[in-house]
Amino acid sequence: MYMRPRTIEEAAAAMGSAGALALAGGTDVFPAHAGQPLDRPIIDLSRVEGLRGIAEMADGFRFGAATTWSDIVRASLPPAFDALKAAAGEVGSIQIQNRGTIAGNLCNASPAADGVPPLLALDASVELASAAGRRVLPLGDFITGYRKTALKPGEIVSAVLVPRPAERVSSAFVKLGARRYLVISILMAAAVVEKDAQGRIARAAVAVGAASPVAQRLRRLEDDLLGLAPAEKPSSRMVLSHVEGLSPIDDVRATAEYRLQAAMSLVGEALDRAAGVL
Amino acid sequence: MTVSFSFTVNGADVSCKAAPQTRLSEALRRELGHTGTKSGCDAGDCGACTVLLDGQPVCACLVPVAQVEGARIVTVEGLGANSATGALLQRAFLARGAAQCGICTPGMLVAATALLDRVEAPSREMIADALGGVLCRCTGYAKIIDAVEDAVSGHVRSHEMPELGHAVGAAMPRLDGGPKVAGTEQYGADAIPPDALWVKAIRSPFHRAAFRFGNITAFIASHPGIIRVLTASDIPGRNIFGVIPPFADQPVFAEDEARFRGEAVAALVGERAAIEAIDLSRFPVTWEERGAVLTIAAALEASAPQLHEKRAGNILVKGHVARGDVETAFAVDAVTVEGSFETGFVEHAYIEPEAGWARRVGDRIEITASTQAPYMDRDDTAAIMGFPPERIRIIPSACGGGFGSKLDLSVQPYVALAAWLTGRPAAMVYSRAESIQSTTKRHPAVMRARMAATRDGKLLAMDFEGDFNTGAYASWGPTVANRVPVHASGPYQVPHYRARTRAVLTHCVPAGAFRGFGVPQTVIAQEQMLDMLAEKLGIDALAFRIRNALTDTTSTVTGQVMGDGVGIRACFEALQPHWQKARSEADAFNAKAGHLRRGVGVAGMFYGCGNTSLPNPSTIRFGLKPDGRLSLHQGATDIGQGSNTVITQIAADAAGLPIALIDLISPDTDLTPDCGKTSASRQTFVTGKAAEQAGRALRQMILRLANAGDEARLELSGGTLRVNQGGTIRTVALKDLPVDHHEYVLCAEETFDPPTSPLDANGQGNPYAVYGYGAHLAEVEVDTRLGLVKPLRIVAAHDVGRAINPALVEGQIEGGVAQGIGMALMEEFTPGKGENLHDYLIPTIGDVPPITSILVECASSAGPFGAKGIGEQALIPTAPAILNAIHHATGARLTRTPATPGRVLAALKARPA
Repeated sequence: MYMRPRTIEEAAAAMGSAGALALAGGTDVFPAHAGQPLDRPIIDLSRVEGLRGIAEMADGFRFGAATTWSDIVRASLPPAFDALKAAAGEVGSIQIQNRGTIAGNLCNASPAADGVPPLLALDASVELASAAGRRVLPLGDFITGYRKTALKPGEIVSAVLVPRPAERVSSAFVKLGARRYLVISILMAAAVVEKDAQGRIARAAVAVGAASPVAQRLRRLEDDLLGLAPAEKPSSRMVLSHVEGLSPIDDVRATAEYRLQAAMSLVGEALDRAAGVL
Repeated sequence: MTVSFSFTVNGADVSCKAAPQTRLSEALRRELGHTGTKSGCDAGDCGACTVLLDGQPVCACLVPVAQVEGARIVTVEGLGANSATGALLQRAFLARGAAQCGICTPGMLVAATALLDRVEAPSREMIADALGGVLCRCTGYAKIIDAVEDAVSGHVRSHEMPELGHAVGAAMPRLDGGPKVAGTEQYGADAIPPDALWVKAIRSPFHRAAFRFGNITAFIASHPGIIRVLTASDIPGRNIFGVIPPFADQPVFAEDEARFRGEAVAALVGERAAIEAIDLSRFPVTWEERGAVLTIAAALEASAPQLHEKRAGNILVKGHVARGDVETAFAVDAVTVEGSFETGFVEHAYIEPEAGWARRVGDRIEITASTQAPYMDRDDTAAIMGFPPERIRIIPSACGGGFGSKLDLSVQPYVALAAWLTGRPAAMVYSRAESIQSTTKRHPAVMRARMAATRDGKLLAMDFEGDFNTGAYASWGPTVANRVPVHASGPYQVPHYRARTRAVLTHCVPAGAFRGFGVPQTVIAQEQMLDMLAEKLGIDALAFRIRNALTDTTSTVTGQVMGDGVGIRACFEALQPHWQKARSEADAFNAKAGHLRRGVGVAGMFYGCGNTSLPNPSTIRFGLKPDGRLSLHQGATDIGQGSNTVITQIAADAAGLPIALIDLISPDTDLTPDCGKTSASRQTFVTGKAAEQAGRALRQMILRLANAGDEARLELSGGTLRVNQGGTIRTVALKDLPVDHHEYVLCAEETFDPPTSPLDANGQGNPYAVYGYGAHLAEVEVDTRLGLVKPLRIVAAHDVGRAINPALVEGQIEGGVAQGIGMALMEEFTPGKGENLHDYLIPTIGDVPPITSILVECASSAGPFGAKGIGEQALIPTAPAILNAIHHATGARLTRTPATPGRVLAALKARPA
């Protein structure tokens, strides 16, 4: 079965069939079936109306689920989205960015998904559509574990929602990989920093990817940065306990021990960049 | 479910009937015949299948054909007519030598076209960003960037054929390059007949397992389209193959027990659609996993399971070279260092997975497949089929990268057997996972060594022990074990020397030939220890190497005195100005505080061309046709390195005839005499020498026709030969002359086998007629917080004797450097893990820094026009030069490769305070 629904409702309904597999950009579905038949029922989301594009709403920004990484790289967005744009430009290659979608990255729920840390740091939420209507979950509640999400049968992601950033917010994303392009992250960090009128940190959000089954915010670090003076580097405030909540694993890319050590550097760099002191 | 989809390809309306989820790459290749779009991974990891979809580059392997309904697709074949810049880029790629094997070229060209159609004058960084999604394993990307920059500037070099007598030394574009840039070159999977059956192997999921088949007849009956299942019992000849006949031990199909993960136990033969739809987990086989030994240490334990009955202690073979008195030398008042080093499996990662097909022709079988060794394939397949060799014909397809692994059989016995038993053409195309699981790797090495020098800096002694994990079967393990002891000294005078090696059998994928046969591993130990010794002596690392370098009149560790053409000192001296400048720049950079440290390292190498003390002849046939053109039967497989071009250049100048008159007859065991295998850096040297001799012989025959002396000038035009000797012209009408059974009026056939001598019990003798020499300088930057190493620049000096084609030599150097960078910093395969090109990482265009090639020409009287090999030499010094540079930058010594960020950070922490 290969279905090409036209509306979000049709698509959601189709996702209720047994074993159904959603396919948009194909950048995760096809690699997962390299050398194997692709014989599950496929729900092709590429023709669903209203699923692609970025819209500015009264309360924030709405990224249609099928918005590609290239769409995001090219979009004109406030500086709070610089981290997301930087992450978009680091997804695979231009060929992948031209096809891969924002919601696909979230639904694939890889610990190393490039899009997740910046979206977590932006307090993004996920809009889910089903026959029953729409529901919205914070991103942190949507991805529930290693390659697990809160998606239910008969449901698709319709959009990713980001609340309108305040004034004086900037952001940065740093990716660590063993080569320059086409690389799965060893580790990545995204930071969003809001300053008050005096240039002190009024709010900080930091998320680290590939160091736990799901990318994580470092809440205690965020709290410890409040009120930091303009000239001071956020990295100078970091202590090892700030990253100890992470639970990295050993894999072909790096050891857990290395990831924890590198997290200190990477988070510091992301924060310093976001704060404009690097 | 098949649906008809309409879209345009290269401007033409097409209608394609396919299942909607069919990959666009497959739809283009299979349904629409656009085989210029290559499939390298089916996962978006290699970018070879890049096409333009409504003007945007995408991986065609990730696009379901349903999604291109109504879209505009442009493939490499249509770039010229359907883009503003494609044709210019194609010319620039050809002129620059940006295509070596050519398998990535379609993806590169399409990605570059997408950029240049949009951006008129992109920066180098923008070019890298645009091409970052396409992997190339041959070129090191340097000539690709050059070609794109040429296209941007509009200064694309014109390529005229060299003038008479000037073919040798001309940086002419490769003769077989046109189809590579046009997308019309045919690789192993590109010309499979549409009616061919498909063959799919059933492979062991365990490192070691006993197995038992269930009801295969019932399986076939319940799977329409599956015609047969092949197992060991179907093999008419012997179920054994191997590149070194006395050591051959690998079964086509395992019997009773599989010895490595990925070993074939059976193969399905059927209609393509049926094979592709099959769920292999339903094949009736039960596995009983058994305890496996995966490391050298485990395999050497007394209680270890024995891989092969006749290989006691899991030792496949031992190698040994000894000279002088090592023990006494270490006992004297000498400065000594010692160290232990370890390397991992390295995957060849050519972008073309193994592929080919066979057909039965009467009582013969013809096999068209990607290979480096047609005659070896012929003889081994014949033994498997129980045929005399003449009943097998090997027609090598274009080869999308080999680097050593396509010396061994892969698809050949399976397609031969399937075609023979069914009477229909049969094809097999490995998936990337199968390619990584089942084909040979570089041997992991565990090495221990000590070195001694006198206090005034003369090398005194070296004692080396190396164990090499050779996997489950012999493959080229004996070659590695025997080549390493000859080379472990490096290109230096070492009066007291002992090197002992063992190839150790394990339940891993067989390790075989990979560019350097063990020597790249060895230099990681030896060249780092030279630096350790120089540091201890307080001598500059480069000066220390120059002081101890081999010369024409000094002896190698096997007691060989070359007499001429020893260019290692010249290579080191060529690096001297770069060395001093780079070291002082690094020191200046490091004077600033910060987490970034820079360093400069150097390493040297020598490498014997051809087989070690074993015959390896090449035969070239060169004929003059009645129409006044020449046929060159050139049997050296061109796997991208350029033998089609280089051998022709040599033949032309040796004959004193214009290269434009030569028609190439490329390898085919029915048409070309045996030129041996493309390995051991032997084709330019050995086949080149045969071509030189054949060229000179043909010239003598022509001169005799006209009773002219060697100084005469030959002209061929139409069917007329004009021999001009000092203004006296004699004319011969060629069509009036009788022809031989090849239809030639004159034909020379010459064989060259390098003069070597056997090694005695202590490994003393003349193992090679010629060595190539080289030295690399690496500048790196180390991020000491993250352990990230970034190469900034490589300067590579290579003594090639005579650069027959300097552009191709540079291409070999740049590609070798890139593979050396990969080996140094990122490449390691762990059996059972990461059987794809996103876990197994090779350098991308952003990982290879600028490379400066310095060609040194210390002619060897043994080589054609003085030439030596370069293929493997180019890779060998890169990794140790980088590792020495890391040490210079940080004081950290990396004894385990690859130097991944984690290992570098650990080494930084382990530095003495």
